[in-house]
Amino acid sequence: MIELTELTKRYGRDSRGHLAVDHVSFTARPGRVTGFLGPNGAGKSTSLRILTGLTPPTSGTATILGRRYRDLPNPGREVGVLLDASAQHVGRTGREILRVAAQTMRLPGGRVQEMLDLVGLTEAESARRVRDYSLGMRQRLGLAAALLGDPAVLVLDEPANGLDPAGIRWMRDLLRDYARRGGTVLLSSHLLHEIEVVADDIVVIGQGRIVAGGTKEELLADERTFVRATDSVALAAALLADGHSTEPVADGLCTDADLATTGQVAHRARLPLVELRRADGAGLEEMFLRLTADTQRETTHPTSGEGAAA
Amino acid sequence: MTTSTISPASARPGVGDVYSDRPAPSTIGFDRVVGVELRKMFDTRSGWWLMAAVVILSVLASGAVMLWGSDAGVHYSDFGQAVGIPMAVILPVIAILSVTSEWSQRTGLATFTLVPHRGRVIAAKLVDVVAVGVLGMLVAFAIGALGTVLAGAAHGVTPTWDVGLDQFASIIVGNVLGVLVGFTIGVLLRNSAGALVTYLVYAYVLAGVTFALAAAQTWFADLEPWIDFNLTQGNLFTGFPDTGEAWAQLGVSGLIWLVLPLAFGLVRVGRAEVK
Repeated sequence: MIELTELTKRYGRDSRGHLAVDHVSFTARPGRVTGFLGPNGAGKSTSLRILTGLTPPTSGTATILGRRYRDLPNPGREVGVLLDASAQHVGRTGREILRVAAQTMRLPGGRVQEMLDLVGLTEAESARRVRDYSLGMRQRLGLAAALLGDPAVLVLDEPANGLDPAGIRWMRDLLRDYARRGGTVLLSSHLLHEIEVVADDIVVIGQGRIVAGGTKEELLADERTFVRATDSVALAAALLADGHSTEPVADGLCTDADLATTGQVAHRARLPLVELRRADGAGLEEMFLRLTADTQRETTHPTSGEGAAA
Repeated sequence: MTTSTISPASARPGVGDVYSDRPAPSTIGFDRVVGVELRKMFDTRSGWWLMAAVVILSVLASGAVMLWGSDAGVHYSDFGQAVGIPMAVILPVIAILSVTSEWSQRTGLATFTLVPHRGRVIAAKLVDVVAVGVLGMLVAFAIGALGTVLAGAAHGVTPTWDVGLDQFASIIVGNVLGVLVGFTIGVLLRNSAGALVTYLVYAYVLAGVTFALAAAQTWFADLEPWIDFNLTQGNLFTGFPDTGEAWAQLGVSGLIWLVLPLAFGLVRVGRAEVK
């Protein structure tokens, strides 16, 4: 169980300082994978660093298993942390990094080999210095280090970075299995799809604030209809003429007309459809695109729906 | 598209609770942190070479004395002095890197998430660098002694063992203080390159400046023993202070250059972000 309560981090002394994390509150529950989703620079990493005691918060609290991180007697045995797989001494071998961690946590020596086997690092690879590791190998090593102490909670910042598709699938299965056994997983990503395929619960952060949160089903549910025609402009006009709102999404339209009505409108207008389905997920995607667009353009005003779909 | 595969855990609550109600593990002991931090000083290629350098440089220094030393007999003090010079550089460098690598190599992310009380980690490193400093000097002295014996045999003379126990002790204390200066700079700057340069400037450039200033200005010559730690620390290489005033000068200059900066640095380490 992870609980963040009104967590705030302000850089700079006065009230005009940059608010990296702005009253962030959410809970990651045991038995579930919680996805922490947000564009780059939204405050994900800062939140996770505060959670793990690496950055002091300006205000608010963060607890893991009911305690502040620094009050955990042997943190590695209760929380597995992977914040940056590249943050290792490049002159140390992969195996030695795990040995040092195991010695700190007071673990039996065999545990290191178990973890190397689990993440698929070979004998020869584990004897290499981290300088010669690919980013994917560093991520695997980082996961091995996080899982080493058999913790009840995992905190992972962008763990899929640098993994190939097979690696991403492997990690997804590993994390799901871990949650199924009762573990709590909090992982961040700036990619909606990555979170969608692994998370049970999703928390969305943008510009330091939580903008949405809930189970994946709740967040993906969208009563509207998604429709794609060869002539989107004509279809939008036809739907509007029939009294329905439309919004361009990706390469199609979202409309508040139901599936049958949308089909009838297209039929009457003699417009061939390419796709017609419930708009599940479109809302989350729109919101996320808007957040990302805001961040990338560094605008402070909300952009229009049209801009988000572009 | 993938929703069908996601639900087992949520659909059947209680299917897995291997992690609930586990007893909290016991605290990590300080001795364990000391052991881990000592290991980290040796287990990288650069760390291993720094330790090896203690031996290699001692051998080179002893060899230099054997080759180019004075012809007037074989004195252990010549060897003791010669091996002490590289130690005064290498041991503080070991101390600096033991601290700064946590930031420059970014290992602090792992170190401080496994041991969140940073003061414990830094204290453990302090114990380790002092131990390595003392042991390094003992190794250097031993190699110097070996050089003395060999030189005596080569020249067919009986070596003169002219270093007393109290001088051994004072040289070791002097070196440990140098190690602590390096450690303090490491804690203050938390950056390998910056700390190494700062140490060299402190130990060599600043020492030259104060020497010149004291020669030119009598007011500074009077003040210097109280505020120049380079001077008071360096005096230890010829023996412990023989007056109460000299001890007081060592204490006051050490307070200025060692104790206060270290305390300030430790407070900042506790508050700094680890990225």
